[in-house]
Amino acid sequence: MSHSPFTPLRFAVSVTPRPGILDPQGRAVEQSLPHLQISGVSGVRVGRRVELTVTAATEDEARAVVDRLAHELLSNPLIEAYEVEELGPVGDVPQSGGATS
Amino acid sequence: MSVRIGVVVFPGSNCDTDTLRGLELVGAESVALWHESVDLHGVSAVVLPGGFAYGDYLRAGVIARFSPVMRSVAAFAAAGGLVLGICNGFQVLAEAGLVPGALLRNRSLRFAGRWISIAVERSDTPFTRGAPVGVPLRMPVAHGEGCYYADEATLDELERNGQVLFRYVDASGRVPADPVDPANPNGSLRAIAGVMNRAGNVAGLMPHPERAAEGVLGSDDGHALLQALVDSAAERAQAGRIPEVAVA
Repeated sequence: MSHSPFTPLRFAVSVTPRPGILDPQGRAVEQSLPHLQISGVSGVRVGRRVELTVTAATEDEARAVVDRLAHELLSNPLIEAYEVEELGPVGDVPQSGGATS
Repeated sequence: MSVRIGVVVFPGSNCDTDTLRGLELVGAESVALWHESVDLHGVSAVVLPGGFAYGDYLRAGVIARFSPVMRSVAAFAAAGGLVLGICNGFQVLAEAGLVPGALLRNRSLRFAGRWISIAVERSDTPFTRGAPVGVPLRMPVAHGEGCYYADEATLDELERNGQVLFRYVDASGRVPADPVDPANPNGSLRAIAGVMNRAGNVAGLMPHPERAAEGVLGSDDGHALLQALVDSAAERAQAGRIPEVAVA
């Protein structure tokens, strides 16, 4: 997959608590399930998803910027893991929501 | 001449004035350090106060960590300067990697705003000198993300190195064994309320000594901790041991 130089690319960074790290939000969600008469759901982990547009000379450069951002700012490596997903050139993807279809 | 201590003011800091006053009460000249400036104004120690720096967006403390003043604070710390983080200030230090561990959301998911007790583990550090060991000190906590976390190996190492400075205790001075205990306001592992770095010159704690710095506030137990910092800074200043940092 290659794009012409300076094509702004859209990325998504998903940040989740590392396995074993206490996740009170996930636990609160699980505790609400009986109120919805839902059973059989476990292991709820709540994280965050950050979408962003990067303009760089090459796709590799853009990805390097996203990786640095994800590592230094968007996640705390002590407690969180992250995954980077390239969504494609801006214009090909919606600017928010439902971009992973 | 009294020793000069800096208190960093981030957008969203809300304990800066209390901290400036608390430091004056124990004999320091306290000065506010603006987050956009790298100038530490020749202070002998730096305090990062409580509050909600930059709205605590993303994770508490992380945006503040990248502010211009923190470049100077990090250089000051690396050169051996004394830095204390209180509450949000502790979160900033942890995010910056200047003290070990991380502060997670409180186990209860509730904001913990109440009086608690902590005990000092050792009184031979710049942050605890002169403070009584093992005696409950009453002061407030006010935070949503104060659950101290580090992996087991790191926790063991902190204990071995004497880097655990403060633990939550009940009124009788007992350290709660279970993280889910009324004496532990946030579920911190091993009831840890405050730690310092390996070098022993950077420390952070969640409770607020500056909000318990004089009797009219309901307790003056925090006085001893502010006094320790100011005395340590004064001693270092007298010995010419205050690092000068120049950050562009």
